[in-house]
Amino acid sequence: MSETKIWVSLTAIENIPVREGRSVQVGGRKLAIFNLGNRFLAVENRCPHRGGPLADGIVSGSTVVCPLHAWKIDLVTGSVTNQAENLECVKTFPIRVQDGVVLVELSVGNSDTESSQPACFVSISHDSSFNHSVLGKA
Amino acid sequence: MKRLVVVGNGMAGVGCVEQILKHAAKFEITIFGEETHVNYNRILLSSVLAGEKAADDIVLNSLEWYRQNDIQLRLGVRISGIDVNAKTVTGDDGSVTPFDKLLLATGSNPLIPPMEGVKKEGVYVFRNLDDTRALLDRATKGVKAVVIGGGLLGLEAARGLQVQGCEVTVVHLMDTLMERQVDFAGGGYLKTKMECLGVKVLLERNTAAILGKEKVEGVAFKDGSSIGAEMVVIAAGIRPNADLARKAGLQVNRAVVVNDFMETSHPDVFAVGECVEHKGICYGLVAPLLEQGKVLAATITGNKGPRYEGSVSAAKLKIMGVDVFSAGDFSEKAPGTDVVRYEDAALGVYKKLTLRDGKLAGAILVGDTSDSHRYMDWLRTQTDLTAQRRQLLFPTPTEDAGLDVAEMPDNKVVCGCMGVTKGTLIEAIRQKGVNTLAQLKECTRASTGCGSCTEHCQQLLKAVVPEFREESEKILCKCIPFAEDKLRDIVRSQRFRSVQEVLDIYGNSHGCEVCKPALSYMMDMLWCGDHDEDRSARFINDRVHANIQKDGTFSVVPRMRGGVTSAKELRRIADVAEKYNVPMVKVTGSQRIDLLGVQKSDLPKIWADLGMPSGQAYTKGVRMVKTCVGTDFCRFGVQDSTRAGIELERRLEHLYTPHKVKMGAVGCPRNCAEATVKDIGLVGQDGTWQVVVGGAAGKKVRKADLLITVESMEEALQAATLFFQYYRENANYLERTYDFVERVTIEKVRRDTVYAPLGVQQGLRERLRKSKRLARDAWLEGDEPRHSTQFVQIEPLEKVYQ
Repeated sequence: MSETKIWVSLTAIENIPVREGRSVQVGGRKLAIFNLGNRFLAVENRCPHRGGPLADGIVSGSTVVCPLHAWKIDLVTGSVTNQAENLECVKTFPIRVQDGVVLVELSVGNSDTESSQPACFVSISHDSSFNHSVLGKA
Repeated sequence: MKRLVVVGNGMAGVGCVEQILKHAAKFEITIFGEETHVNYNRILLSSVLAGEKAADDIVLNSLEWYRQNDIQLRLGVRISGIDVNAKTVTGDDGSVTPFDKLLLATGSNPLIPPMEGVKKEGVYVFRNLDDTRALLDRATKGVKAVVIGGGLLGLEAARGLQVQGCEVTVVHLMDTLMERQVDFAGGGYLKTKMECLGVKVLLERNTAAILGKEKVEGVAFKDGSSIGAEMVVIAAGIRPNADLARKAGLQVNRAVVVNDFMETSHPDVFAVGECVEHKGICYGLVAPLLEQGKVLAATITGNKGPRYEGSVSAAKLKIMGVDVFSAGDFSEKAPGTDVVRYEDAALGVYKKLTLRDGKLAGAILVGDTSDSHRYMDWLRTQTDLTAQRRQLLFPTPTEDAGLDVAEMPDNKVVCGCMGVTKGTLIEAIRQKGVNTLAQLKECTRASTGCGSCTEHCQQLLKAVVPEFREESEKILCKCIPFAEDKLRDIVRSQRFRSVQEVLDIYGNSHGCEVCKPALSYMMDMLWCGDHDEDRSARFINDRVHANIQKDGTFSVVPRMRGGVTSAKELRRIADVAEKYNVPMVKVTGSQRIDLLGVQKSDLPKIWADLGMPSGQAYTKGVRMVKTCVGTDFCRFGVQDSTRAGIELERRLEHLYTPHKVKMGAVGCPRNCAEATVKDIGLVGQDGTWQVVVGGAAGKKVRKADLLITVESMEEALQAATLFFQYYRENANYLERTYDFVERVTIEKVRRDTVYAPLGVQQGLRERLRKSKRLARDAWLEGDEPRHSTQFVQIEPLEKVYQ
C-alpha cells in the first residue's frame, strides 16, 4: 500500500470564472475547483449530505453552498459550517497555479477511496497541509 | 353651506385645504387642477427623474382623501376666467362654477428665456409630472442632453438625466452655479462636485438659439459657439402664474398681491403659494407655502387673526452626493455684516455664515449639510449668538451630541418643510396612539417634504414609544443588513449595476446564497439586462437555465404557450428524448412536457434540437399560463381563454419575478384550468372577465382575490400585466403573490394598480415595456454561452492512472 503524491495539471485558470466552481474528473476522483478571485481551492465534488455537486454551488467568501439543500462547506477545511454538530467533512486537496494552469496534488498508488474512511478524520489529521494549499495567484 | 372653489391642485392649494379642514367651519369644496394627477410632492420630481422614487411614491393626497373629505375634484380642467362680480369661475371645458369664496393657488410656469427654436421636437421643460415622464421617455443611454439653467432645478434635472444614462451638459448664463443661493466660492465647489458626477458645466453662456430642423440638433450661444444636443431641457427659472388674477382685475404686480392675512384686493378672493407676492417677495419653496396656508385657513374660516410675516427662504439641493444648503441672506455687502467661513478643498467642504447684530443672517453649506437644522433654527428664532461665536461652524462635542432630539426644546421645528415642531410630534404620538413612522407622517405630515428629518422623527418615536419598531423590520440577510425596499432604493439611486459592487460597499463583500440571488433579481428588475449580470451570484439553475435534480442532472421544460402544442413539436420532443436517452418524459401539472435526467453538457444541444424557447420552469420567473379549451371546442366556454392565455404568456415570458409566477385562464366559471388558485388568473364569464390575483395551490391553498372585473379581453390582459409589474417592483425576493397580496392587502393593490391615477398606471406599463424589450429567451445562450465552460465538462490536461 505505498502512497505517492503527485501534482496534476488540470486546466487553464480562465476556464474557471471568478466566484464559481467547475467539476473535473481526474484519477478516479470527482473534484470541484473554485476560483475565489485571489486564490483557487479544491474539494471533493460531493456534498456529505446527499451527494450534491458542490461545483454548482454559490460561493460565499471561502465557503460554498450546496445547490441541493444548502449545506454550507468550508472550502479550506472541508467542514460543514451550517449544520449543528455535524462532523462529516469533505476531502480537500492542495492546489496551486503555475503558468496560468491550475494544478492539484493527488495521492496515487493507493487503493483508498475517500468514501472508505471518515472524511473528517482525514482532513483534521492533515491539518498542516492547509497552509500550502493556498498558493498561486488568480 | 358656503362654496369654496380652489383653483390649483398642487402643494399650496391642497396644503391650504388641509388646514381649512382643521377648522370647524364647513365649506362645500371644489378643487380644479389643470394636471390630471392628484396632489403630489413637486419637490420630489427630481427624485422621480433620477429613478430614486416612482411616480406613485410621491403622491401626497390619494383619491380616497378627496372622497373622504367630500371634495369635488375636477382634474384636467383649466380655469380660464374669473368673474368676481358674478362670483363664478369658467373652465376651458365650458363649465361655470359659482363660489362664495375663491382660493387661487395657480403656482408658477417655467420661464422660457427669449431664444429661437424652443418649439422644436426634443425641447423640454421640467415642472410637472408629465414633463418628468416625457423626459424619462426620451432620456436613454448615450443621449446628448443640454440643460439650460444652472440653478437648483437645472442641476437636479441634469443629475436625473445623467442617472438615466444621458451625456449631460449644463449651460448657465452667470459665472457661477446657483448664484441665487450660493456665493461665488461655494459655486466653485458645487461645480467641481457636479463635474465629478460626470455632468459637464459651461458657465457664462447666453443661449441664442436651439438648432435643428424639426428635431433638436444643438444649441447656439450668443458668443458664436455651439454644442451638439439631442434633447434640451429649459430650466431657467419660474414665473408666477398670475394671468388669471390680472384678467379678473385683482391687484397684481409680479404676482397676486396679498396682505398679512393672505387676502387679495377682493374681499372674497384669497391666494396662496408661488402665485402670490407678499411685501414684494414671491416665494418658490415649500415651507413658505405651508406657513401661508395656515394663516389663510384661519382668515377664510372666520378666525382672522394670525398674520403671515414673511418666511426665511431656504433651499436644499436634492442630489445624492452633492449636499448644498442655503438660507437667508448671504451677501457680505450690507454694513455691519460679519462673515465666518471654512473651507477644505480636498474634502470638498465649504461653509459660510453671515451675521448681523450678533444674529445669523444667512448660511451656505456645500459638501456637508449636517448642521442645516441648527442654522435654520437660529435664523427663525433670531437667537443671539454672541456667546457662541467660536462654535458657530463646529459645535463643541457636547453640543454636537445635543443634536439628539431629546435635547431639543418643544417649540423647535423638526420638519422644516411642513413646519412641524417637536411638541406637535410628541403630542401626536401620545394622543393619537401613533407608533410607526407611516402613522406619524399621516397625522402630522412631518417628513413628507424633502425627507431630511426622517431620522429625527424616528428618534422621537423611539424615545416616546418604547414599543416602536424600526419600520425597516426585515433585513435581507446579515451579509447586507438592509430591508429590501431600502436596497432597491440604494441600487436604483446609486445606479449600482453589479451585485459584487453593492456587497463591497454596503455589505460584508462575501454575500451568500440568500442575498446574492435576491440582489441579482433586483438588478435584473431595475436594469433588465442593462447591467453586469454576474452569474456567480445566481443559483445554478439560472447559470445553465435548467432545473437541477437530486443526482446533479437537469430537467428541460420547453415553453408551450397556453399549454397548446402541435404534432410537429411533439415529434421533435420525442426525437430529442430518444437521441439523448432522456430517462423520463413527464407531463407536468402546468400543462408542459418535462424531460428529466439530462446531463449539463447536453443542454445546449437539446435546446437547439427542440427549437422551442425556454419554459423558465427552473427559475423565479414567468412559468406559464395554463388554459382550458375555451370557446374553440368546449360547448360550455363563454370566453376565448386559450387565446387570452397564450397572449398573456407572450406578453410576460422571459421575465424574472420575485418568486415564480404561475397563471391560468379559463373560459367559464367551471374553472377547468384552476385559474382561481393561480398567482394571476383570468376567469371568463358571459360578457365579462374577472382578473384574480394571489391564489395558491401549493404549500398552502388560497383562493385568489378579485382585482377587477372588466368587459374585454384586452382590458383583462392590461389589468393582469399592471399587477404583474407592481408585484415585480414591490414584493420581496422569494415572496409569492399570495403572501405579497396578504401583506399589502388587496385594497392597496387595487388602489396602486387598476384604480391608480392614469399616470401611475402608465409608469408601471412603461417600466414593464422597457424590461420586456431587453428580456431574451435564456436558451439562446446555447449558441452563445456566457463562459467557455458554462455547459462543458472540464477535461484535465494530464491523465492519472491508478
